Amino acid sequence: MSKEWPLWEIFVRGQHGLSHRHVGSLHAPDAELAIKNARDVYTRRREGLSIWAVRSRDVVASAPLDRGKLFDPANSKIYRHPEFFSIPEEVGPM
Amino acid sequence: MYAQMVKSTGQPVKTLDEMDPLERAFQERINANEMIEPKDFMPDSYRQTLIRQISQHANSEIVGQLPEGNWITRAPTLERKAILLAKVQDEAGHGLYLYCAAETLGISREEMSQKLVDGKARYSSIFNYPTLTWADIGAVGWLVDGAAIINQVPLQRCSYGPYSRAMVRICKEESFHQRQGYAMLQTLCTGTDEQKAMVQDAVNRWWWPSIMMFGPPDQESVHSAQSEAWKIKLYSNDELRQKFVNQCVPQADHLGISLPDPDLKWNEETGNYDFGEINWDEFYSVLQGNGPCNNERLGARRKAWEDGRWFRDGLAAHQAKQDDAARKMPKVA
Repeated sequence: MSKEWPLWEIFVRGQHGLSHRHVGSLHAPDAELAIKNARDVYTRRREGLSIWAVRSRDVVASAPLDRGKLFDPANSKIYRHPEFFSIPEEVGPM
Repeated sequence: MYAQMVKSTGQPVKTLDEMDPLERAFQERINANEMIEPKDFMPDSYRQTLIRQISQHANSEIVGQLPEGNWITRAPTLERKAILLAKVQDEAGHGLYLYCAAETLGISREEMSQKLVDGKARYSSIFNYPTLTWADIGAVGWLVDGAAIINQVPLQRCSYGPYSRAMVRICKEESFHQRQGYAMLQTLCTGTDEQKAMVQDAVNRWWWPSIMMFGPPDQESVHSAQSEAWKIKLYSNDELRQKFVNQCVPQADHLGISLPDPDLKWNEETGNYDFGEINWDEFYSVLQGNGPCNNERLGARRKAWEDGRWFRDGLAAHQAKQDDAARKMPKVA
């Protein structure tokens, strides 16, 4: 059996100044073909102006079990949002 | 549908109390409409059922290129040819999104491709019918892609994140497929008598296979209950089929053609169109490999897979050489 081409994660930056966004993955033998394949697979309808391809094995991900540890502390810190503070109307827009 | 008769556990669905704590926590996440992501805990039966469902769905997209590819070189105008090429290219893309979604569950692309060419993995029964005339391309877009959309729209909300996200992309693109098919039939129906007759003939041949796409009737779908509990199937085969029939009848009227079912009639009480008996023997027979084009389709896939091997291997060998050369380069400071 032949050796399977490695997997790449594909990120595309759209037209309106947003950052690159993960759109999916694909197999390609090397970086050049990863970009070419990504162009055919993920930008057939003018979805993007720039492509990043990253070898999937190089992506470091947080563990699902760490979800609470990592993200729960933010729940109790609502003072990080501007709406937490009430400003009298006469002060004007702030 | 694109995935028909996907085996799940074949057992009655367990109640929460019958589950072990891990499985119970998993089911409760699903009940709360939480998405399951690749690294999350999932029962092995959920994983295996999804692998079967998603890979079958992907295989259908890939094999689905063949009946339409048949007409690329014979499209009547350059514009129709460009449209058909774009559609067939989309089908390849849909297959790739889905294979990637399945891979997140731990099966390799190689294994899925091999299982398809070995005849060990299914694809939708619909692609084992031939596309005999140009009007068939319109009928496939209208009916086959129309049926696919009805099945796929709810799957955008299924419980498995990568599958759901692949479906979102696919649904965005699928509407083009259906509309180009219907628009093509509209053009033919306003043409000569021969052109209109060609549409009627194509619809006569594609109607029944299209409504079979939704799979066997609910009372025979032994695996549905579990898939519904896992939210990887959101409506029953019969519900989706009825929705499809209701949608098609006025569309056929608008084209000025008939659907080949003498029992098709509006039912005031149920608010649905009643339709005639489906020939399930034909469905099972096609699924078992005895459709008009099973051998041709699998043969074409096998040939593409085998003929492309030297190319896949060549590119991999080239990359291995590059990596090797990079390793042997003297390190600079």
